[in-house]
Amino acid sequence: MIVSKHLLGLAGVRREEISIILQTAQFFKEVLNRPIPKVPTLRGKTIVNLFFENSTRTRISFELAEKRLSADSVSFSTTGSSVAKGETLLDTVRNLEAMKIDMVVIRHSASGAPHFLATLIDAGVINAGDGRHEHPTQALLDMMTLLDKFGTLEGLKVAIVGDIAHSRVARSNIHGLRTMGAKVALCGPATLLPREPREAFGNDIEIFTNVDDAIRWADALNVLRLQLERQAGGLLPSIREYANYFGITRRRLEAAKRDLVIMHPGPINRGVELESELADSEFSVILDQVTNGVAVRMAVLYLKSGGDLEVANGAG
Amino acid sequence: MSRSLITQPCPHLLVRGARVVDPGLGIDQTLDVLIENGVIKQVAPHIQAPYHFEMIPAAELVLTPGWFDMHVHFREPGREDEETVLTGCAAALAGGFTGVCPMPNTSPATDKAEIVKAIIAQGRQTMVDVHPIAAATKGREGKEPTEIAELVDAGAVAFSDDGCSVRTAELVRRVMEYAGMYQKPLIEHAEDESLSLKGAMNEGVIATRLGLPGMPAIAEDIIVARDLLVAEYTGGRLHIAHLSSRRAVELVRWGKSRGIAVTAEVTPHHFTLNHEAVIGFATNTKMNPPLRSPEDVEAVIAGLQDNTIDVIATDHAPHSAEEKNVEYAAAPFGIIGLETAMGLIISRLVLTKKLSLSQAVEKVTVAPRRILNLPQAEIKVGQPANLTLFSLEKKWLVDKSKFYSKSRNTPFDGWQLAGKVFGVYHKGQWWANPDF
Repeated sequence: MIVSKHLLGLAGVRREEISIILQTAQFFKEVLNRPIPKVPTLRGKTIVNLFFENSTRTRISFELAEKRLSADSVSFSTTGSSVAKGETLLDTVRNLEAMKIDMVVIRHSASGAPHFLATLIDAGVINAGDGRHEHPTQALLDMMTLLDKFGTLEGLKVAIVGDIAHSRVARSNIHGLRTMGAKVALCGPATLLPREPREAFGNDIEIFTNVDDAIRWADALNVLRLQLERQAGGLLPSIREYANYFGITRRRLEAAKRDLVIMHPGPINRGVELESELADSEFSVILDQVTNGVAVRMAVLYLKSGGDLEVANGAG
Repeated sequence: MSRSLITQPCPHLLVRGARVVDPGLGIDQTLDVLIENGVIKQVAPHIQAPYHFEMIPAAELVLTPGWFDMHVHFREPGREDEETVLTGCAAALAGGFTGVCPMPNTSPATDKAEIVKAIIAQGRQTMVDVHPIAAATKGREGKEPTEIAELVDAGAVAFSDDGCSVRTAELVRRVMEYAGMYQKPLIEHAEDESLSLKGAMNEGVIATRLGLPGMPAIAEDIIVARDLLVAEYTGGRLHIAHLSSRRAVELVRWGKSRGIAVTAEVTPHHFTLNHEAVIGFATNTKMNPPLRSPEDVEAVIAGLQDNTIDVIATDHAPHSAEEKNVEYAAAPFGIIGLETAMGLIISRLVLTKKLSLSQAVEKVTVAPRRILNLPQAEIKVGQPANLTLFSLEKKWLVDKSKFYSKSRNTPFDGWQLAGKVFGVYHKGQWWANPDF
């Protein structure tokens, strides 16, 4: 069923494949709750985590997933690497591949960097976030969290709030959620909405520039982190104004559905895009997302290395 | 490594039974053309040549004035690893071009008479006429005009800061006024960098999907509009390089209707590809201006049809494989074009009947030489023979390993095209295409 050994994004990935990943992730989540949360599934496989951009939670989440699957893994970040000496991405990866690896998990600031790699090396490539393009495992863990809460994604209304234009999380979520039958809204100031979003992603996408409208509409809010440097780029008049007009606050939630769910890919600018108290409130599923992240990444690594669901269910 | 190209002296030649197309003279008929000592001696339906003349049976071929590309980058001086004047001229000839204009964004910029002279001297070693375009401003920095008079004396045929726009309207005005004294046009790369600077592709639906930063079409339109108004005010001559957007076509059309001295060019890749080619992140789809939307491509073709766009030019931009074999955002802009131009023009415009053959040939022969005030290469008795001979129908596969250019950065590798060079005659020499 799994058609490609790579996971470069969720654009074009079929519903069946996403469903299998999410089902497999449920199985691995159960594994994570065992006294010894480890399976021998990827024993003998070597995975390299290439992080050309700062990341804490995604990198640790992947590393943990690899250890839980008994893979041999090494991690690489640009600090102290040959990249700092001017080596190209291509040379770096060719050298690593010459060391006989099975998979590469890559985070890179350039959109399309994982696609570039996938055309040049034999190892499977897992996109851990490329520029402003896609972050498929984040969207998968977001979907898993919503499934845990609502039982289905079909017809679920998810509003993505914040800097959509520069967000890889938003793009992967839009593709994944729509494929799974959810309704998607994008909400943010006009300077942070992408050009032609409906033409790009689908005519059924709702667009809000008033956050109260988005809150009234939504079953779930996926609140994005605001890159504070956007103000310097002239995209925002001030962070204060953004917090006042687009920040999610408890007062604003008075108009919301009672069982509204708030998600955030982290790290949170508390008091900017999300009121600090709300991040830890009954609405928040932010820590569930983090837990699900390990399970989802285990599922992706397992399935993309050639495993199938039946074996996964029998494993351990 | 690029291939070497073998030309041979051929003072006396009879081209027999070709379809002769010379848009400048209004000729499109089957004729024989007799060349003696490099000069056209006779043009007639049936010519008996003396026995010592070489003869080319050309019943399946088209004979036109030598093709002319008014927009190429030869990277000399500065990046001779990517292209030199000599390898660039070989690529030009292989593509059917007997004349080219290298742009001034070399390193250092072509902003001094000595550099112009050196480029011309290199070109003299080849069958190709090399007419450099000099920088409009010193170092292409957009601060002070270059020494335009001296550059004209050295052989510069136009002025441009190609790679970027002339920075201010004030400088556009001064360059137009000064170059206007010598009837030289300003060739403008239309791009308002405040709108496009960090972009990697056309802003729009595909950029939104791919998460690549966009270069909006209005960045081009705004500079075209600015320069049209300056040209009208000064009476100067404006040529818009590599025009790519729908609105820019409309603006040039408007300018012409007002009698402004404006001309424009489009590249084969801008009438062939649209921004959907970027899906997959292949860096040979990264160029400036970027590949635009399908609507822009349609507008550009309409502009060619109604002669709003006068010229087809390649913007041949060689880059090393190392520079292009990187992630999309890090790759330089530009593709090579000299050796695929004819195939794309014939396949995409002529055989699809979007342009007549004569109209297409006009845009690569008569129009560029007219815009640059260069002598026409006419198929007329008494004129030096400057000729391109090609097949309209012959199909061929683009194989970048066979290019004469030093670089290989083309998105058309593996494409099947029709329209192939058979040979080129110029300066009393003949080059026969060994791949025909």
